[in-house]
Amino acid sequence: MGHGFSTLFYKEVLRFWKVASQTVGAPVLTALLYLLIFSHVLAGHVQVHGVVYTAFLIPGLVMMSVLQNAFANSSSSLIQSKVTGNIVFVLLPPISYLEFYLAYVLASVVRGLVVGAGVLLATFWFAPLDFAEPWWIVVFALMGGAILGSLGVIAGIWADKFDQLAAFQNFLIMPLTFLSGVFYSVHSLPPFWQQVSHWNPVFYMIDGFRHGFFGVSDASPWLSLAVVGSCLAVLTVFTLNLLKRGYKLRA
Amino acid sequence: MSAAIRITQVSKCFGSVRALDHVDLEVQRGEFFGLLGPNGAGKTTLISALAGLVRADAGSLNVMGHDVQLDYRAARRLLGVVPQELVFDPFFTVRESLKIQSGYFGIRDNDNWIDEILENLGLTSKANANMRMLSGGMKRRVLVAQALVHRPPVIVLDEPTAGVDVELRQTLWAFIRRLNEAGHTIVLTTHYLEEAENLCNRIAMLKAGRVVALDTTAQLLRRFSTHCLRMRTDGAMPVELARDAAQNGGWWSLPFDAFDQVEPMLARIRAAGCRIDDLEIGKPDLEEVFVRVMQGQHEGQAG
Repeated sequence: MGHGFSTLFYKEVLRFWKVASQTVGAPVLTALLYLLIFSHVLAGHVQVHGVVYTAFLIPGLVMMSVLQNAFANSSSSLIQSKVTGNIVFVLLPPISYLEFYLAYVLASVVRGLVVGAGVLLATFWFAPLDFAEPWWIVVFALMGGAILGSLGVIAGIWADKFDQLAAFQNFLIMPLTFLSGVFYSVHSLPPFWQQVSHWNPVFYMIDGFRHGFFGVSDASPWLSLAVVGSCLAVLTVFTLNLLKRGYKLRA
Repeated sequence: MSAAIRITQVSKCFGSVRALDHVDLEVQRGEFFGLLGPNGAGKTTLISALAGLVRADAGSLNVMGHDVQLDYRAARRLLGVVPQELVFDPFFTVRESLKIQSGYFGIRDNDNWIDEILENLGLTSKANANMRMLSGGMKRRVLVAQALVHRPPVIVLDEPTAGVDVELRQTLWAFIRRLNEAGHTIVLTTHYLEEAENLCNRIAMLKAGRVVALDTTAQLLRRFSTHCLRMRTDGAMPVELARDAAQNGGWWSLPFDAFDQVEPMLARIRAAGCRIDDLEIGKPDLEEVFVRVMQGQHEGQAG
C-alpha cells in the first residue's frame, strides 16, 4: 500500500472528524436515549442469559452504533463526492481499486469504533459489564465494521441521489440491524421469527460481540465467526469487482 | 521519444449517442495544443478518456508512451487535468486540499512546490481559507493548483477560463505559458477562440466526435481565413471588386491575400468616384476558420 492509500484513508478520517459533533456525538446521544428508555421500561421485568436487561442491552447498542456508523461513513462520503463532483480528485490520481476500497472501509471501521467506544463510555455507569472473552469483542467489532463499511461503499457507488441512499439505509440496513437481537435475545421470539433471525448476518455480529462480554450467547461464537467471516469475504470480492470494473465511477 | 499524447482510433458511445468516432490525435512534447469544437463535440469525453474517467469502447490512449488503462499508474502520474466543472471539497482549506492531492500522487513534503503554485496563481493569501469561503474565481484557481501538485509534464485544461474575470485569465495564462516554456506540454479547450489563437501552436477541431481539422494555427488561418479590407463608402462599389466582396449594412468587406494588393484596390475605388467614409483592416482570425470548418463539415455530411 502506497502513500496514496494512506492519504485517502487519512482524508476520510479527517472528513468525519472535522464534523465530529454530527458523526460521533449525535449517534452516541441516540444510543444513550435508547438505553434510557428501554432500560427504564424493561429492567426489572426481563433477564437474558441470567444478565440484567440493562447490561444485556449495552453491548447490543454499542455494536449497533459501530455497524450503522461504519455504513454511514463510506456511503455518505461517496455520495457527497459524487453529487458535488469532487470524486474526480480521487479518480484522477494513480490510486488502485484495492487501495480505494481499503481506505474507505478502514476509515468506516475507525468511525464505527470511535462511536462504539463513545457509546460504551457513556453507558458505562448504567450497569456493571464483564469483559469475559475480550478478543471476541475486538474481532466482531472489526469484522462487523468492515462489512457495513463495504456495504456503504456499494450503496455510495450505486446511489445517484441522496434519496436512493436513504432507501438503501431505511429498507435494508435499518431492518437488518433492528431485527438482529440488539434489544432482546432471539430465543425470546416465536419460532418463526427465530428462524428468520438466524438468516440475518447482523444477528451473528451482535451475538458474537455480546459473547465477548458475557461468555454466553444464542449461537456459538465460532459459528458466528464463520458466518461473519464468510459475509466479509463475499462482500469484499463483490465490492472489489465493482470497483475494478469502474461501475458508475468510470463510465 | 514517445509523443506526449497519442490517441489511436478511439470511439465511445453513451447509449445511442456517439461521443467519439474513431479519433486519431497526436500531441508532441512541449506543444501548446488547442482542442476546439462546439458544445457536445466530444472534447470533454476525449479528455475524460485520457484521464481514465471514461473508458473508451475501442482504440487506445497513451500519455508519454503509457497506456491509460494497462499502465494507468504511470499515465496518471504524468498527467494533470483541470476539470471543467467547478468542483471542490468543502471540508478542507486550500492548503489541506493541495496537500491531500499531493498525497494521492504519492508525494510527501510538497510544501515548497505548493507555495510556489499558490504564489503563481495569486492564492497565497487564501492558503488557510476554507474552500467554501472562496469566490468562484478563487475556486477555479485552486482547481488549477490541484492539477499541478505532482508537477505533471502533460497538463490538460478543460475550459479553464469559462466565466472567469480578466485578471485571473491573465494570471493563469502567464503561469501556463511559463510552464510551457519550461517544457510542459499543454492541451487546452476553450470557447474563446482569441485565446486559442494567441496561445496554441497547433489546433484540432472536433465536431460530432470526429476530428474535422488538425493543423498548426498559422496554417489553419492561412487556409481558411484571409486579410480583409472593410470600408464604408458613399457610393457603389466597382463591379470587379464587388464580385468578391461581402456587403453588410453600409460596410463592404474585400478579401485580399497580400498587402501589395491594397493600394490598387483603393485606387480603383477612387477612380470609380467613391468617397471612403470609414476604413479598417481585418486580419485572419480563428473565429472565421472555426465557422468555415464547422459549416464545411455540414455540407460534407449532407452530400
